[in-house]
Amino acid sequence: MIVVNNLYKSFGSLQVLKGINEHIKPQEVVCVIGPSGSGKSTFLRCLNLLETPTSGEIIIDGKSITDPKNDINKIREEVGMVFQRFNLFPHMTALENITLAPMKVRGLSKEEAVERAKELLAKVGLTDKADVYPDSLSGGQQQRVAIARALAMRPKIMLFDEPTSALDPEMVGEVLAVMKDLAREGMTMVVVTHEMGFAREVGDRVLFMDEGLIVEQGTPAEIFNNAQNERTKAFLSKIL
Amino acid sequence: MEVLQSYLGHLIKVLPQLLTGAVLTVKITSLSVFFGILIGLIMALGKLSKNPLLKIPAVIYVDFIRGTPLFVQILLFYYGIPGLILSITGETFKIEPMLAAVVVCSINSGAYVAEIFRAGIQSIERGQMEAARSLGMTHNQAMRYVILPQAFKRIVPPLGNEFIVLLKDTSLLAVIGVEELTRKGQLYVASTFASFPTYIGVALVYLVMTLTISRLVNWTERRLGVSDRRE
Repeated sequence: MIVVNNLYKSFGSLQVLKGINEHIKPQEVVCVIGPSGSGKSTFLRCLNLLETPTSGEIIIDGKSITDPKNDINKIREEVGMVFQRFNLFPHMTALENITLAPMKVRGLSKEEAVERAKELLAKVGLTDKADVYPDSLSGGQQQRVAIARALAMRPKIMLFDEPTSALDPEMVGEVLAVMKDLAREGMTMVVVTHEMGFAREVGDRVLFMDEGLIVEQGTPAEIFNNAQNERTKAFLSKIL
Repeated sequence: MEVLQSYLGHLIKVLPQLLTGAVLTVKITSLSVFFGILIGLIMALGKLSKNPLLKIPAVIYVDFIRGTPLFVQILLFYYGIPGLILSITGETFKIEPMLAAVVVCSINSGAYVAEIFRAGIQSIERGQMEAARSLGMTHNQAMRYVILPQAFKRIVPPLGNEFIVLLKDTSLLAVIGVEELTRKGQLYVASTFASFPTYIGVALVYLVMTLTISRLVNWTERRLGVSDRRE
């Protein structure tokens, strides 16, 4: 589903990614963990070209997104993204946030888009908030709308960039619950997270990143109970 | 007491003429604001573009207009350009004062509006563009549906301010004989020498117009603020 070959990314003279190779299978839930500054968000943002890689190749669903001949907008339609700070459109209601892209990008009629949006709001437990503006929603509710907004495009892959890091602790659970449902339904997911409980419970595979490289990877049990690399052990001992 | 009476008399006499001038002032200002917004939006997008063919002309335009006085721009356009055409082609070329007024004021206002738009667009968090692009929208779609509607809301106050500044600056058009508010006053003074009551009258009519605009802007701002308020 996602193949990454020799991915490098620099910001000016700062090298953030130093040769990432990774292969993510359909329906796999991959959690990316690591200290801040390790490049995990940059890695995720490269997967839908919010950051342009300095070199290397990324293939999504058989199409190279790093090949300038391919239309990145078409590929992004298949890759949903959820941001740390939600990034809902503040001038639109929850429902309008969800219907905008399906109507403008996928060409759905208003009725179809609204119907789909209502189904998704029900799925994330916010049926009663359809006509509410983002400012009137709690952080957890905003993030659930943001997930619904991404899902409305019916993407094949969902990327999550620290989706619970900006939330008050009591709201983390509701967002993780929605993500768990999604994983259970077979969505291919790449999740940059500090929620080790979620990684352990829901992740099929955990990648540990440090200083721009995937230092170690394995099943949650392998990483959390039997890490081999010293840096992985040091990181886990600090946070677990 | 006699002086006051005579002043009042002049004021009452000149007021209808001033109001005719004020109508023209409003007309020129409205047209110029309308075209200024169109020019400004295009120039702002040009300035924000990565393409040098769009960016460089926009930068030069904004720098030139904002760096030179409107008074000089009026003289240059109304007298300078026909003069240039005359010396090149040998034919006399005359621009209608009213047309010149709207063209110069639109071009002038466009440069200030461009900066207002640019600042407004850049004040929208980067995450908004990223969220829109991540949903598969093109850059233009993201601008149109996500960035510009939010930017518009933020630029209403500075845009209203620009409207007011332009309205006052149209008084400079008196120099090319456009019979707007100030020119009407000048003409009355020329035949009566009643400068104090006339120019007080002119000032008051400007004041009424600018206060009205600023109230309208405040009202629009409140209306647009709907999504910013908690229920």
